[in-house]
Amino acid sequence: MGSINDPKQYKKNIKAFHPKTNYFVSCLKAFIVGGFICLIGECIEKFYLAFTDFNQNTVGNPTVATLILISSLLTGFGVYDKFGQFAGAGTLVPVTGFANSITSAALEHKSEGVVLGIATNLFKLAGAVIVFGVVSAAVFGIIRLTINNLLG
Amino acid sequence: MEFLWAFVIGGLICVIGQLMLDLFKLTPAHVIVSLVVIGAFLDSFGLYDKLIKFAGAGATVPITSFGHSLLHGAMAEANQHGYIGLAMGTFTLTSAGITSAILFGFIVALIFKPKG
Repeated sequence: MGSINDPKQYKKNIKAFHPKTNYFVSCLKAFIVGGFICLIGECIEKFYLAFTDFNQNTVGNPTVATLILISSLLTGFGVYDKFGQFAGAGTLVPVTGFANSITSAALEHKSEGVVLGIATNLFKLAGAVIVFGVVSAAVFGIIRLTINNLLG
Repeated sequence: MEFLWAFVIGGLICVIGQLMLDLFKLTPAHVIVSLVVIGAFLDSFGLYDKLIKFAGAGATVPITSFGHSLLHGAMAEANQHGYIGLAMGTFTLTSAGITSAILFGFIVALIFKPKG
């Protein structure tokens, strides 16, 4: 029987108390904010293409670095997290979200000191990204290289 | 026109992330990790390069390009040095991003006070 205290029914019972997500609205917010961040990125890219000697292949580096600087500062001012509550994945998925996770984790543990607080917690959230990025690059790289060697 | 495609493609990648959050109830960390792995996978057939050519910053700004650049740099070095090259080249393209994230994150954490 579906008793209210039955632990097996727990997930079903709390479902009614979950806040309802409006998928369309949250996706629209993510689309607009995420698209807007990429639009800013495109503007920065065009700026570097016009005024420096970066070319189409290398311009991604200064663009990403500039976006990271902006989002680190916004995180410091406490603005980025307010955007994040509104936009969800719109601020999470661009590289600015990566910088935000590094800066906010470091800020949060500032009281524990520079070495044990800031430096050890810098990669608390971003570490997962780097670990899985490197592991997947290694796996896909080995597969591709082996196939290339077998074919060639 | 390039600006429009950067907006649309960048926005669509964020929508994919939002759907992973909402529909599959993944945590933000799982969403980002999945997108990085997907980005690395898409480098495999040169698909992500086509997307970058088409959408510019719309493809280079989302975190998927991090996975793509890791594998791309690794493969470029591997063409010269074989399997050891994979390890040599992994961070060549993403060096600017990681270095600036560490540097600016550290400086901001030193200067600013935590909010909220």
